[in-house]
Amino acid sequence: MFSFDLLLDVVVAGILVGGFYAAVSLGITVAFGLLDVVNIAHPAFVILGAYGAYVANSRFGLDPILAGLLGMPVFFLLGALVYRVYYTSFEKRGDESLRGLVFFFGITFIIEVSLLLQYGVDYRSVEAAYVGETIALGPIDLPFRLAIPCAVALALTVTLHLFLSRTFYGRAVKAVSQDHLALRLMGASPVRIKALAFAIAIATASIAGALLIMIGPVEPSVGREYIGRVFAIAVLGGMGSIGGTLAASLILGVLESLTSTFYGPSWALAVSFGILLLVLAVRPAGLFGR
Amino acid sequence: MVRHRRPGIRTRIIVMALIATFALWGATAPAALAAGPIKIGFGMALTGALAGNGKAALIAMQMWAEDVNKKGGLLGRKVELVYYDDQTKPATVPGIYTKLLDVDKVDLVVSGYGTNVIAPAMPIVIERKLAFIGLFGMAVNEKFNYPYYFGIMPTGPEPLTDWSKGFFEVAMKQSPKPKTVAIAAADSEFAQNAAAGARQNAKKYGLRVVYDKAYPPPTADFTPIVRAIQATNPDLVYVASYPPDSAGMVRAAHEIGLKPRMFGGGMVGLQYASLEKALGPMLNGIVNYHFFVPEPTLKFAGIDAFLKTYQERAKTAGVDALGYYLPPYAYAYLQILGQAVEGTKSLDQKKIGEYIRGHEFDTVAGKVKFAPNGEWAKTRVLMVQYTNIEGNDLKSFEGPGHRVIVYPEEWKSGAVVYPYEKAKR
Repeated sequence: MFSFDLLLDVVVAGILVGGFYAAVSLGITVAFGLLDVVNIAHPAFVILGAYGAYVANSRFGLDPILAGLLGMPVFFLLGALVYRVYYTSFEKRGDESLRGLVFFFGITFIIEVSLLLQYGVDYRSVEAAYVGETIALGPIDLPFRLAIPCAVALALTVTLHLFLSRTFYGRAVKAVSQDHLALRLMGASPVRIKALAFAIAIATASIAGALLIMIGPVEPSVGREYIGRVFAIAVLGGMGSIGGTLAASLILGVLESLTSTFYGPSWALAVSFGILLLVLAVRPAGLFGR
Repeated sequence: MVRHRRPGIRTRIIVMALIATFALWGATAPAALAAGPIKIGFGMALTGALAGNGKAALIAMQMWAEDVNKKGGLLGRKVELVYYDDQTKPATVPGIYTKLLDVDKVDLVVSGYGTNVIAPAMPIVIERKLAFIGLFGMAVNEKFNYPYYFGIMPTGPEPLTDWSKGFFEVAMKQSPKPKTVAIAAADSEFAQNAAAGARQNAKKYGLRVVYDKAYPPPTADFTPIVRAIQATNPDLVYVASYPPDSAGMVRAAHEIGLKPRMFGGGMVGLQYASLEKALGPMLNGIVNYHFFVPEPTLKFAGIDAFLKTYQERAKTAGVDALGYYLPPYAYAYLQILGQAVEGTKSLDQKKIGEYIRGHEFDTVAGKVKFAPNGEWAKTRVLMVQYTNIEGNDLKSFEGPGHRVIVYPEEWKSGAVVYPYEKAKR
């Protein structure tokens, strides 16, 4: 069964799906890794993004990726609003650890139920000329359905990395994750900076959702499948590290792909989480964590 | 001297009125209770992975209740459905059925949708000796051997092998004859049962199994699995999967250019209008199971009227727009229960169970008779081949000729196009 061509194909497939994992995990890296906000509702926001792309695509014929990009400002505002409620109700009072978790559980259910009521439980998908097409590069088959989400995810990762490392606000976000007090002494409001960062995290869910619905059909509860995986990626990459998130996503994608093909798909997740445990045993801060 | 005051006339009237009231209440109480509705309880997947089907089934069941109530109900009593969302989670099922029986005091119970939620209800049903009809359970009674379990799914008396029998029988009649098979199945009760049956059929027909793996249900990308299958170069690829996986598998097969001689088998979801639309021409050539398709050879009394009403309701409910797969059977299993109640003129579980066991029933899904193990006495798992699908809209699937029945002979509406590579075109 083993051949070099197959190995190459499988590694490329892993990179493609890993790129998509990165798009879904970036929001968690920012919210959980940088802001210490355990936003377990992030996958639900991704599903909300997927439905946004579905509506724009089915009603207005918009390209799903364009729909995802157009949805980002709306998700940004939504994120800012959610953070404001979270801050006022829990973080400000020091109740964020357990009650905050329940709050995000609640948001997950509200999103799921709202989608259920509005769109029902049927599977939804998008149409685009490139979905279903494949390009052959020598021995490698590149399905556009996976290649385009991977390319978009890479662009999103680079953009977010540049924002966090090169702009004033980006550096402020990094600073807030390190020392609240120092940031306040510099005259910046940690709450406003955190609201901005959380809003950015939620904005990424819009584009991640569009990529998700390109890869396969979605229904309102499908986000639950991703909760474990995205947190694992954020931890493996190193809390708050954008580059680490990308690296961890690609590692998990390639490992899953290799295990699925050469050993058995049942073991794919087990091997990925096994590697996570192993890495954490050696480097508790994750691959790129400090 | 003690004077006894006799009660005044007003007091006597009040006492008489009270006695009369109690007497009347006593006489009419049983009648009033008897006039209460017959409650039928069940859990159903209204959220979770199988909610698409669960909600569609619920619509069909509500349609049955309305139809029955319009005709005066059962045994002169209205019918009321009492149901809870099982969230497609087996763990919720024991609690739901205990509540239905002990708190809601339902008169009858039926199952939710699918093997994974029928199996956990069985211990409660058996303990309380209830007649129980399962909706699309795969070989649920195989280990329980409970005499009053009946399965509304046309698999036949040997459900494990009947499920995939048609796929293998069709393949073995083709030339060149296939020699190898790959089996990929989701890691869940239903899919593993289907895969077990496929293995038995492969053995029966002397096929060599070159790939036999399970995959976890939350799988985002199926290309590694399809590539692994392709690397073994099988003649047949048999897949037992759930809806999102089926879509992923078909897309990956199409993108990679999977080239077996026959592909399909037990993919759940390809029967839904939403996935049919999403996959469109990618479905061409696939041979997969189905339970009802609008082919001229398959006409049952009442099915057209049922589908017309269902399709109207499906528009606003956001469920499967066509309703060929599960809804007719969801209506049918309540038809069977209703006919058994009327036939026995009672709600006695044993009598109902015996009645269902011994009779044939007319339903919108055709005539139904059960074998001693509670499965259908005769298999009617259709194998259909998708052909002539040109677009990603429902019009491309309208009318006969797009899902050609290639098995069983009795219902056949066309010949299979073989191999898959040719049929794909």
